[in-house]
Amino acid sequence: MATNIKHKENFLKGIVRENPVFVLLLGLCPTLGVTSSALNGLGMGVATVFVLVMSNLVVSLIKNLIPDKVRIPAFIVIIASFVTVVQLLMEAYTPALYDQLGLFIPLIVVNCIVLGRAEAFASRNSVVSSLIDGLGMGVGFTMALTLLGAIRELLGSLSIFGLQLIEGDGMLVFILAPGAFITLGFLIALMNWLKNRSATTK
Amino acid sequence: MAKVKSTFGSLIITLAVITFVGSLSLGFVFDWTQEPIAKAQMAKQLKAIEAVLDGYDNNPVMEKYKVAIPNGKDSLEFFPATRNGKRIGTAVKTKSSKGYSGDIWLMVGFNEAGDVLRVQVLEHKETPGLGSKMSQPNFLNQYFGKNPGKNNLKVKKDGGEVDAITGATISSRAFSEAVQLAYETFQSVNHGN
Repeated sequence: MATNIKHKENFLKGIVRENPVFVLLLGLCPTLGVTSSALNGLGMGVATVFVLVMSNLVVSLIKNLIPDKVRIPAFIVIIASFVTVVQLLMEAYTPALYDQLGLFIPLIVVNCIVLGRAEAFASRNSVVSSLIDGLGMGVGFTMALTLLGAIRELLGSLSIFGLQLIEGDGMLVFILAPGAFITLGFLIALMNWLKNRSATTK
Repeated sequence: MAKVKSTFGSLIITLAVITFVGSLSLGFVFDWTQEPIAKAQMAKQLKAIEAVLDGYDNNPVMEKYKVAIPNGKDSLEFFPATRNGKRIGTAVKTKSSKGYSGDIWLMVGFNEAGDVLRVQVLEHKETPGLGSKMSQPNFLNQYFGKNPGKNNLKVKKDGGEVDAITGATISSRAFSEAVQLAYETFQSVNHGN
């Protein structure tokens, strides 16, 4: 029972308390780059979840076999392999999404979340905890990206998940790069405000 | 299990094994996805051709051929459309490098007289919300049914009859250039007909 609660907490921490985008501020390159629409954010998130879970799993499995001095290159090779697998699978089975995200998929390799979790968590914890950590962090990342993408798409092109709500043009700036920074800034401010409020009411 | 110590030998062996297993699994996945990827790319091309030509009963992608651009070094891909073996039109995959950022790729459908039937945007990296509007009907429609030999398909600023996209004259100009290039290349081989 005690371990169950621990697993649940381990999973939830990636979504709220240690959300990679809003709290840890990791992996901002894909966050800002691909979130011009909700669907792009979701697609990028799902691809990252796969890489994160698989690399956490493998790293925690072989953590004792890897000498400390070569652990970073070893992790990078493992992560890069999984990223290439995702890229090939997307190109084969979801060509439309691949066209949209194409450039950003290889960049998952240098996404700090993936290496960060391998280094900080998976190389020190059991296989099951690492799997749950990867899943929690991935889901948190996906939710943040989808939310960011949805807001930008709504303000920038007046649609959501590709569904046009109102005919018209929207505020172009939200589709462009500055809009990503502005939206992210407001979302982080909102998260901090909510956190402070709940801390004072307790 | 005790942690493996960092000795010269263990470093070499660890990295060698990891890279070997990594490349082995990648080779396997590559092999496995090669066919679906080829199929997906073919489906994409077929869809684009379907969007610019009607009434053909062959597979234009299977019969594609290359035609050299007149006075140019490059060549364009031609997708012939036939009905009961008789040629009824051609889809030409054309591009322009004069866009605002990166190449613009178009699929242009011609009938045998050289009239533009329809145009489909395949790929572009123009500014979202400005140049990206080139794939919207109210810009595209201006090209449909026109013959670049008789109609001047340049933007109005250059003396033609095409209304450029607001705020994206460069993208519109590049679009016109790509259509013109497709037409000239098409005429260079179609002249005898």
